[in-house]
Amino acid sequence: MDFASVVFYFLAAILLLSALRVITAKNPVHAAMALVLAFFTAAGIWLLLEAEFLAITLVLVYVGAVMVLFLFVVMMLDINLEELRRGFWDYLPFAGLVAGLMIVEMIMILGGTNFGLTAPEPKPADFSNTKELGRLLYTDYVYAFELAAVILLVAMVAAIALTLRRRPNRKIVDPAWQVKQKRADRVYLVNLKSQKPEAKSEEDE
Amino acid sequence: MDALLAPVAELLGPAWLPVWTLVKIVVIVLPLLIAVAYLTYAERKIIGWMQVRMGPSRVGFFGFSLWGLGQPIADAVKLMTKEIIIPSGSSKFLFLLAPVLAIAPAMAAWAVVPFTDTLVLANVDASLLFVMAITSMGVYGIVLAGWASNSKYAMMGALRSAAQIVSYEIAMGFALVGVLMSSQSLNLVDIVQAQQGGFWQWYWLPLLPMFLVYLIAGVAETNRAPFDVAEGESEIVAGFHIEYSGMAFALFFLAEYANMILIAALTSIMFLGGWLSPIPGCRTASSGWRRR
Repeated sequence: MDFASVVFYFLAAILLLSALRVITAKNPVHAAMALVLAFFTAAGIWLLLEAEFLAITLVLVYVGAVMVLFLFVVMMLDINLEELRRGFWDYLPFAGLVAGLMIVEMIMILGGTNFGLTAPEPKPADFSNTKELGRLLYTDYVYAFELAAVILLVAMVAAIALTLRRRPNRKIVDPAWQVKQKRADRVYLVNLKSQKPEAKSEEDE
Repeated sequence: MDALLAPVAELLGPAWLPVWTLVKIVVIVLPLLIAVAYLTYAERKIIGWMQVRMGPSRVGFFGFSLWGLGQPIADAVKLMTKEIIIPSGSSKFLFLLAPVLAIAPAMAAWAVVPFTDTLVLANVDASLLFVMAITSMGVYGIVLAGWASNSKYAMMGALRSAAQIVSYEIAMGFALVGVLMSSQSLNLVDIVQAQQGGFWQWYWLPLLPMFLVYLIAGVAETNRAPFDVAEGESEIVAGFHIEYSGMAFALFFLAEYANMILIAALTSIMFLGGWLSPIPGCRTASSGWRRR
């Protein structure tokens, strides 16, 4: 067994174990952390497959941003696991369907040679994955790429528009207005003559 | 240099590569840790003067007061010998994992930082992406520290800090897009070499707006003043690391300062010509290195 397969089996074992932990962990934060480990290990396997751009983007986007937001949500929620676990086996038929579809997909890809799929030629060492991806995205698939970008932009604007809340009753003082105020506008002195207190009336007593 | 190392390499055989790489790692990480220690010294000395505190400007070695140079060492010894207190009701495993998750990315990113065109631990093709991916992992240490501490202050601090880091990371990444478009490379060594030609050719001038965005985002990313709302001393005491003591706290501290030095190094690589001389044609460190 050469070094590459040792690395592959090592990463694959970690990936499977951490993926298993995602669904078996009691604590949702532990589950989210196991998912982070799974993503990171998957990125390692992609690096082994010479897909360095995809691997690093997986870490950058999923581990660096998406999972952090996941963790935020999971941390803030007070999840009662007993309640969640009650209907655990009810999902079995649906999960079975998903698993079956995944198996079919795996067979089609891994057994591709039987259906006439040919493996791509291995690339030379100085082949830059990133540059090639960029070239394809901005030439052959430019419209699809721009369309996806616009959809994402719309989603982003919509999310901001939905959550943006104006509060008209905030008690903030504008410093410029505060500084502009002059003493003369607000204070005026009254010349009040000193006077004797009024004589006590006898009814008060 | 190579002639000197050859007999050692022969002696060790196949173990030579890991050993030599380890030596290189130590050569990079050790000055980094010392730099962290003495950056805190600079900061503490000024604060010490302002607040009339005796320590930072006087502590020395063996009775000699060397302008307080002993203070970082004293700090390190104190932190290492202190007890690590684990709060009750905390998640112990994640509580202890969090500082490790904070410091590991801060150190790992240095693997691809080039010091000259040949002096780099790993000259990989997509090193800029690697740095961005690895530094984006650092936020987990903060989030987990806040959650695992089982403390409201720590939780609030972690949320503030993580929200700030995640949002400024986007601004930072997009500021770098200009750099990699003008250098047409993701390799940090190539990015520096694309800036050849002296002070006015460095990317800070053609990409001045990007440079400013990167600088501001970098300050925010490391939670330094004026972006230190994450620390919020007056309202949430110290933020996410409030429950940490001893070496666990020191790891967060090290990670914060190592990240600051990393951001500074990346700024100089991306916008300020890296190791290149500001005067074109002048003998640079790298050309001198190659001639030897």
